[in-house]
Amino acid sequence: MPGKLKVKIVAGRHLPVMDRASDLTDAFVEVKFGNTTFKTDVYHKSLNPQWNSEWFKFEVDDEDLQDEPLQITVLDHDTYSANDAIGKVYIDIDPLLYSEAATVISGWFPIYDTIHGIRGEINVVVKVDLFNDLNRFRQSSCGVKFFCTTSIPKCYRAVIIHGFVEELVVNEDPEYQWIDRIRTPRASNEARQRLISLMSGELQRKIGLKVLEMRGNAVVGYLQCFDLEGESGLVVRAIGTACTLDKLSSTAAFLPACNSPSKEMKESPLVHPPSHGCRSTHNSPIHTATGSRLTQNFSVSVPTLIYTGMGSGSAGKEGGPFKALLRQQTQSALEQRGGSPHRFCRSREFPFFTLTAFPPGFLVHVGGVVSARSVKLLDRIHNPAFVGIMGNTRSYKLLDWNSFNSDEPETRDAWWAEIRQEIKSHAKALGCHAVVGYSESTSICEEVCILSASGTAAVLNPRFLQDGTVEGCLEQRQEENLPPGCGFCHIPYDELNMPFPAHLTYCYSCRKQKVPDVLFTTIDLPTDATVVGKGCLIQARLCRLKKKAQAEANATAISNLLPFMEYEVHTQLMNKLKLKGMNALFGLRIQITVGENMLMGLASATGVYLTALPTPGGIQIAGKTPNDGSYEQHISHMQKKINDTIAKNKELYEINPPEIPEEIIGSPIPEPRQRSRLLRSQSESSDEVIELDLSHGKKDAFVLEIDDTDAMEDVHSLLTDVPPPSGFYSCNTEIMPGINNWTSEIQMFTSVRVSRLSNINLTNQTLNKNFNDLCENLLKSLYFKLRSMIPCCLCHVNFTVSLPEDELIQITVTAVAITFDKHQAVQTTKTHVEKSLQRASADNEELLQFPLELCTDSLASHPFSPAKEHLESASSNSGIPAAQRAVSVEKASPLTEGHFRQRSAPACANSTVGVVKMTPLSFIPGAKITKYLGIINMFFIRETTSLREEGGVSGFLHAFIAEVFAMVRAHVAALGGNAVVSYIMKQCVFMENPNKNQAQCLINVSGDAVIFVRESELEIISAQQPIASCQPACSGGEIAT
Amino acid sequence: MTNELDIFVGNTTLIDEDVYRLWLDGYSVSDAVGLRVRSGILEQTGATAGVLQSDTMDHYRTFHMLERLLHTPPKLLHQLVFQIPPSRQALLIERYYAFDEAFVREVLGKKLSKGTKKDLDDISTKTGVTLKSCRRQFDNFKRVFKVVEEMRGSLAGNIQQHFLLSDRLARDYAAVVFFANNRFETGKKKLQYLTFGDLAFCAELMIQNWTPGAVDSQVDDMDVDLDKEFLQDLKELKVLVADKDLLDLHKSLVCTALRGKLSVFPEMEANFKFIEPCRSDRWPLNDVRLFLNQYSASVHSLDGFRHQALWDRYMVTLRSCLLRMYHD
Repeated sequence: MPGKLKVKIVAGRHLPVMDRASDLTDAFVEVKFGNTTFKTDVYHKSLNPQWNSEWFKFEVDDEDLQDEPLQITVLDHDTYSANDAIGKVYIDIDPLLYSEAATVISGWFPIYDTIHGIRGEINVVVKVDLFNDLNRFRQSSCGVKFFCTTSIPKCYRAVIIHGFVEELVVNEDPEYQWIDRIRTPRASNEARQRLISLMSGELQRKIGLKVLEMRGNAVVGYLQCFDLEGESGLVVRAIGTACTLDKLSSTAAFLPACNSPSKEMKESPLVHPPSHGCRSTHNSPIHTATGSRLTQNFSVSVPTLIYTGMGSGSAGKEGGPFKALLRQQTQSALEQRGGSPHRFCRSREFPFFTLTAFPPGFLVHVGGVVSARSVKLLDRIHNPAFVGIMGNTRSYKLLDWNSFNSDEPETRDAWWAEIRQEIKSHAKALGCHAVVGYSESTSICEEVCILSASGTAAVLNPRFLQDGTVEGCLEQRQEENLPPGCGFCHIPYDELNMPFPAHLTYCYSCRKQKVPDVLFTTIDLPTDATVVGKGCLIQARLCRLKKKAQAEANATAISNLLPFMEYEVHTQLMNKLKLKGMNALFGLRIQITVGENMLMGLASATGVYLTALPTPGGIQIAGKTPNDGSYEQHISHMQKKINDTIAKNKELYEINPPEIPEEIIGSPIPEPRQRSRLLRSQSESSDEVIELDLSHGKKDAFVLEIDDTDAMEDVHSLLTDVPPPSGFYSCNTEIMPGINNWTSEIQMFTSVRVSRLSNINLTNQTLNKNFNDLCENLLKSLYFKLRSMIPCCLCHVNFTVSLPEDELIQITVTAVAITFDKHQAVQTTKTHVEKSLQRASADNEELLQFPLELCTDSLASHPFSPAKEHLESASSNSGIPAAQRAVSVEKASPLTEGHFRQRSAPACANSTVGVVKMTPLSFIPGAKITKYLGIINMFFIRETTSLREEGGVSGFLHAFIAEVFAMVRAHVAALGGNAVVSYIMKQCVFMENPNKNQAQCLINVSGDAVIFVRESELEIISAQQPIASCQPACSGGEIAT
Repeated sequence: MTNELDIFVGNTTLIDEDVYRLWLDGYSVSDAVGLRVRSGILEQTGATAGVLQSDTMDHYRTFHMLERLLHTPPKLLHQLVFQIPPSRQALLIERYYAFDEAFVREVLGKKLSKGTKKDLDDISTKTGVTLKSCRRQFDNFKRVFKVVEEMRGSLAGNIQQHFLLSDRLARDYAAVVFFANNRFETGKKKLQYLTFGDLAFCAELMIQNWTPGAVDSQVDDMDVDLDKEFLQDLKELKVLVADKDLLDLHKSLVCTALRGKLSVFPEMEANFKFIEPCRSDRWPLNDVRLFLNQYSASVHSLDGFRHQALWDRYMVTLRSCLLRMYHD
């Protein structure tokens, strides 16, 4: 009995009227954990009940603590009939299970109902007493910290980065049980929410066990996803990077990061040898089966392309790569890997890292993007009799279920193992031993599922090994002589024995090592990388119609289309990159979405100009019929347009690299022609490929051949991408290269559009145009909406495409807009000290503009609270009467300390709602994260049977997303936090049936709850500490000046 | 290709002041888009009409969702769904409760009932305020009225506390509630020239001096109704007009004091009593002030008049009201 969970129900407010006669409610609360339920007294006739309950105590295993959510149900007491449920709150108590995170959860939680949405709030206090458990066979992994952040969290130091951890659990989807036909939508939704919460908990616990076995204490870059497979079930899977983290104290802060090698890392850098086994000792059948059931399932592996970025050359449609692909796709995945000793190898040895940013010196070289896809058919594995049993007992305890279907997760495990194996071999072909910025995703339509994985092949620092190899040491010595910032661009593969033809030059920074002409990666721009000018968001968009088909035929059709799509996406990316005058892509994410009658491809990345890489050549257009005069004229017109665009872009993004005379760089490596080659690795790379030389002799130029109307369309579409309005920049990476002076003003948002394709007789061209317009218009709308934030950058722009129905395209975008200081941003060479001084004085100036009275108001209880924005609001806030200011400020959480309490600013005097920032980035500009409080991972379902009354589909979804944000903020605030970083909306599944006036939406979000302190406040605090802590914030101005 | 669903949700709720005004003014989405286009926003921002349409729809949806909360402003401050900075919350509330001069002059003093609500059509036509906006303003009056009607304490204070309005707006609402409760007919033709400001000024003085709250700050309805005792007592003052001797004496006292000081002395002598004659004779404001001062002051010199305190309570307020109302 290793833990005691204590819950207290304090009060409710803003409850809905449940009794029409009295316009009041007789509310009481059920508190449930596992199989134990407690009830509060009924608080009669009030919409703001004060229960002030005793402490409800649950004595539970820590295994349950990890798996189970705390379930709080608010009900309306009814003497004569069944009590009506008002709504529920699920609280994930995981953050209370590790020592460094939150110690109490306390605050107002929105009471949520899947049919009515938020219905009032409830104030709850939750605590956990954990007893030490010395049982080494324990099933729980309490104490392992989880982070969504894909870099080493700010207040930690990585002692060891162990490597890849993954796990998945499978269950039947309650929505597809027979009982769903007779139970209410509410019951069905709640069963689903609870099940997913339970599965998430179990998954996290199991991953935690693996981490403990690897002797780690944390998972960074934790990404958990749901696959709603419909009839065949529900898969919850997660990947992450196991690490040993040390909390940074002021003394430890100066130790170099990531330099403590582990003995276990001899064989393969950074990853434990397989003998160690990351498998859990848990007796779940998930882990026991060994034989592969792969052959039982229909499976098509798609020939995979490596985006090495070897881009120069022809992109003609009849070029070699195309033919090569045609041949490749006839081979099945198994054939390709035939003879591989690793075929059924259950080794967990995947040297993968879900991180996208690394400690300095960790990343040595980057090879390029590796990706793998495979098309699977979801098989119906359910035994009807079994489903019946499940329905009757209504038990969702996962182990019970798994014992019936032990082969199921094994199948999914094998699917992923296969893909990962492929990724690993691709990385090897690029001379890399590791994959960084690794991620996995699925797209499901009916019974077809596309599994995708991608990452960046990389060589990591051998210093992480205790006994570095000779090669490693040599490399290291060489690297040390180089100026920093170009090493990662140097090719990791052997230039004399390259896996593919490439155009190499000597590095433009150090001139000693070879670099490719273009570099594609899935990671963030390394902090030491030197770039010219600013970066920009680059998207490739593509649709392909496909015939409706069933089962195997459908899967085959899809897998036949995939290589073409990959190829075209790559070409588009390359063209657009050149058009921007840039030479590298970071944060590349390619999403292929499958629908009933079409496939959509959307690639997003951030283009930059790396100083280490050569200047990209222009784009040259070549016509097929050179004798036609008017045609020639047209071509030259197009050519001029393209040249103009490139020139304009160079100006816009301030790309003016220093001119370097050719002789200094040296002649390029002998390479007869520049070609665009898309290649898969392995056996195929040695094949003879027929290539057409379409380069028209112009060196460095990227030739686009216009041989038909399709190609013409492509060129046109290149030119239709409108740059953002002046003052706006956008990127899909954490930060924008070339902008470094962020202000504290941030706005995270989610925008969703669903478009109906009007024409049934669609062609690929019209479809492409529609899709392109949809994305461009969405971006334009965002720029317009956020125009008040100019100068501003949209960071971490994350597009997701789904095809909910035949003619519907859904695009979901989440990003954060950050304002930057225009004047300071230009001066990139300023030292940090100068900058911080400037910032301090600027802040103080602003502070001093406000009446002293305001500061003295807040003086007594919270000396450092008046943050800039609150003072601003206070000064303009004549609308709140003076009398209101006297009302005492109620804290949302007893945890928050004085200077974190933004809510304590005088302006919001009678508001108890604290500001909680949300951002997809791992940091808050102008602020320091002082504590990580735990992972937020929430899943919600909302359904309506009165769609019109709720404002149609837009009204319904708008309200739901606003509610999801509110629930995330409430949980963060209850943990004592004031922000959630690395926030991501992983899923937004929207289904509508307007004829029935119905709609349903599922949303899954996650992030890290943190406490942050403004840097300006930190400076003031540290400056004032020797004096007296009761000085008003305004006095900081004197200190700085 | 049409957008079936098109939404934008910010962690901080975006409020566009211009669009909010259009929404409050009761324009439909398409009218609002038209007005925005005419404001030249497309040229300034390089946006397309489609973008503007989407943006306007989005803001309207947000306002629609916020409206429920705006009906009880403290709820807006406590709710968790929309994260809005306090200054913006204040702006939303203040603008929502603001009303049009033209509209309020039509409704002021009328019973805030369903009957009046039916007349909103006509009022809308007459004032040029959209029907939607008329309804919002009318409902605001009614809502505020209902909440504070039976409450103890200062009327303006109660309104401020329950609706979180600015001091100025709360006092205006106090006037609206006061007039509605006492059904002062302000729509008469003679009073047409008066602005809402004039009437609000008078209402405030009357609330300060003529309600039960002026005497005792703990009674119910202290600011809403006129003090019945006081009204009863006022009958005593009739003696000043009814009693011929007293009237003559009063008149001579005033006349003596003011002789030579007034540019319109002969007219004053003749008229003595009301504001309208003065207006029609175009008395300068200063003369009216002098006259009224003297008029109230000289009563103190009237022997045999015992209601000096009552007279002051009556006349101090009346004098200020008359002066305020004395304009073109």
